[in-house]
Amino acid sequence: MDLAFLIASLVKIGVFFGITMGLVSLATYGERRISAIMQDRSGPNRVGVPYTKFRLAGLGQPIADGIKFLVKEDFTPGHVKKFYFILAPCLVLIPALLTLSVLPFGAHFAHEAPGWLPDWLPAWLTSAKVSTPMAIADLDVGPLFVFAIASLTVYGIVLAGWSSNSKYPFLGGIRSTSQMISYEIALGLSLIPVLIVFGTLNLNEMVEQQSRDGWLLLPVSLFGENAGLDWQRWLLWIPLMIAFVIFMVSLFAETNRTPFDLPECETELVAGYHTEYSSMKFALFFMGEYAAMIIGSGIAVTLFFGGWSLPLGLDAKLYDWFGANADWWLMNWLHSVVGAGDWAVALISMGVFLAKVVGIVLFFIVIRWTVPRFRYDQLMKLGWIWFFEIALVNILIVAALVAFVFKG
Amino acid sequence: MATITVKRPKLSLLEKTYLPAIFKGMVITLTHAVKTVFGKGRVTMQYPEETWDSEMPEHYRGAPALVTDEQGRERCVACQLCEFICPPRAIAILPEEIPEDDKWAKVEKRPKVFEIDMIRCIYCGLCEEVCPEQAIYLRKDYAIVGTSREEMVHDKDRLYEIGGVRTGLVNKWNDLK
Repeated sequence: MDLAFLIASLVKIGVFFGITMGLVSLATYGERRISAIMQDRSGPNRVGVPYTKFRLAGLGQPIADGIKFLVKEDFTPGHVKKFYFILAPCLVLIPALLTLSVLPFGAHFAHEAPGWLPDWLPAWLTSAKVSTPMAIADLDVGPLFVFAIASLTVYGIVLAGWSSNSKYPFLGGIRSTSQMISYEIALGLSLIPVLIVFGTLNLNEMVEQQSRDGWLLLPVSLFGENAGLDWQRWLLWIPLMIAFVIFMVSLFAETNRTPFDLPECETELVAGYHTEYSSMKFALFFMGEYAAMIIGSGIAVTLFFGGWSLPLGLDAKLYDWFGANADWWLMNWLHSVVGAGDWAVALISMGVFLAKVVGIVLFFIVIRWTVPRFRYDQLMKLGWIWFFEIALVNILIVAALVAFVFKG
Repeated sequence: MATITVKRPKLSLLEKTYLPAIFKGMVITLTHAVKTVFGKGRVTMQYPEETWDSEMPEHYRGAPALVTDEQGRERCVACQLCEFICPPRAIAILPEEIPEDDKWAKVEKRPKVFEIDMIRCIYCGLCEEVCPEQAIYLRKDYAIVGTSREEMVHDKDRLYEIGGVRTGLVNKWNDLK
């Protein structure tokens, strides 16, 4: 086991996990604020920096929420099955966080130690070279890993509902389980046309293809090698758009998010499967739901919107301006101070990726507060009858197009 | 009434996917969001900075208080009617005799201890309604806070302090006898 690989992986885990948890807390604040603004009221706008007068438009609200969850009394009711009761929130949060290990957060990261480091430092520091892909685990089976691990969330919810030993959580758990396993089919099948078009399951390679040829849903590339419009990709855009719609709707259903939030809605089931949970365990459910939402958005961004790449093939320009071979005053100064390599492009592309993920999370929030809830039989009909058939037909169409019209 | 059969409207193929309806809904909510941020703003009153005190209606029920009248007499005669009618039993009264040499000795009774526990008070106003001496009134203050349970019990001095003097009341004890 290479020490450099180990250290790079540990740093990546720390950074990406930190970013994701920060996004989770920001998502809770953003949800309350944006939903309030859409309803003609203010959301939380007071908390800011604790114990000072700086309001910061309420951005300190997640801190207050976190402290509340920590100091609230966490009791386990007497009538529950203790082992599964305590296990269930973990089973919801941990698979959601595990799946972030395959998401490519940015372009390839390459860095060499700068030349001004004094000679009395050890050799491994002065001549350090780091070159690592910006995904914690650059697996060749990205989406497959994501779906396999995300299916474990179903166990968490069913155990939460069952172990609570009470009517409403039981109903909520059962409903949620059947909803999630129904939409997993549509989720997987809707992605097969995408994989046929890409030809690879490696998420990093998919993004690199999109950065050269333009995004999947915006197949135009103005710079770089494959510049120009391509009628084949525009013809493929129609079934891929259908795949995108099915994927997004199934993602809403998988994360138990309105309009599919029957398992946890208040008007029907008190609070569904997390009725009996208090303080920290409830916080784990909450965080698991938001983490699944963010990771799901990350997958959607990676597959359909070009991951960390800029649109229209602008990435070639990005490498020209900020890459290892850039030659203007800012980059020359930065390279001499911090070290040579492609690290600037990696950081910028990470910002682009996070901006896109935030955009899709905003879309999640706006849809939640716009659309009414599904009735349960309508939900099941949608999953098993409509999405299943349309996804299958979609696969056939794309396979036929790629095999016979585009000849591979 | 005869039965009316309501026909479901026929949806076109695109309408059946509900995507146009969702899109129109999003237009409505996003218009609201834009108007709230850039236009006439939100309907929320930002509480400690803006309050409703200037427009409080005449009949608003705030904290109860005892009053003295223009002649400086405390009007409460410790009849304990308010204590008995108070639904959460927030009022506690201990009556005592007014001594013979006092100016108002013919009233014969006054409260030695009169306590209202503001944590129990539900601001219903029944004590004000039932008082035969027009001695207890509900004022307009609503933000009664404290840091301990003992602090939240208003005793007689505090109640008279909040109540103050009230003019224009019936002075039936002014008669000769």
